[in-house]
Amino acid sequence: MNEILKLHYVVDGNNFSLAGQAASDVKKMLKTLGMAPDVIRRVSIAMYEGEMNMVIHADGGEIDVDVTPKAVVMRLADRGPGIADIDLVMQEGYSTAPDDIRALGFGAGMGLPNMKKYSNDLKIESQLGIGTTITMRVDINSRG
Amino acid sequence: MKIAEIACLLQAQILCGQDAMDMELETAFGSDMMSDVLAFSTERSLLLTGLLNPQVVRTAEMLDICCIVFLCGKTPGEFIVELAEEKGIALLLTKHGMFSACGILHANGLLEGANLE
Ligand SMILES: Nc1ncnc2c1ncn2[C@@H]1O[C@H](COP(=O)(O)OP(=O)(O)OP(=O)(O)O)[C@@H](O)[C@H]1O
Ligand SMILES: [Mg+2]
Repeated sequence: MNEILKLHYVVDGNNFSLAGQAASDVKKMLKTLGMAPDVIRRVSIAMYEGEMNMVIHADGGEIDVDVTPKAVVMRLADRGPGIADIDLVMQEGYSTAPDDIRALGFGAGMGLPNMKKYSNDLKIESQLGIGTTITMRVDINSRG
Repeated sequence: MKIAEIACLLQAQILCGQDAMDMELETAFGSDMMSDVLAFSTERSLLLTGLLNPQVVRTAEMLDICCIVFLCGKTPGEFIVELAEEKGIALLLTKHGMFSACGILHANGLLEGANLE
């Protein structure tokens, strides 16, 4: 696959303050690679939203990022509760975030719609009680 | 508008980012929902928020937002200020609430920083 870079992160589900560190690190790495600002921006936002969801809804998880000459692919896997109705959670404004999370500025129900908007492809695989894996691809040479 | 001018208009205290004061901004976005900021804010806007937690700084970082205004005199903790310093983001603290802070900046020429279709 001609990989330029492979990154792996373990996301702690119990530390809200540190959440977003993986997205921050990926952003820094892509900058170092000299990637186009628009691509960096889309990867950063999509990954940050996914990482926050892992922390807020799924007790953490693991993220793999593959950078190839054509695209940045992010795979976010958790062992959280799973998602029962994928069409429902993709709706803008749908959120099950509890009040304490809302008080922290999350729970607008915009995260997954954002992830879809900023990536060229978003795939959700989920099984109730087992976990969720979200794969996002941001193409390097086309706009999403 | 220079960040220094924004600080002056809002009678704001500069918590960090002294060396960014000459930076020019044209737009601002005000919100207490970070996902709305991520969904709608244009890059390099000013962010005005009543929210106080590290994710405000991380959200700004993802969008290349270089200045955050904390409203209502609510002072962010040390961890937030340190994180902003590390990311090169200027932090201002004003006693104004969201409504008047936005009103003052809008009246002085800053434009809406939301990408609304
Ligand atoms: N990894 C996950 N595991 C289980 N459920 C999830 C996961 N990610 C999202 N969800 C569910 O999908 C809903 C919508 O997610 P989305 O990111 O769009 O909004 P939110 O996280 O609730 O709020 P926001 O992202 O605006 O802060 C969540 O409230 C939650 O019920
Ligand atoms: Mg979310």
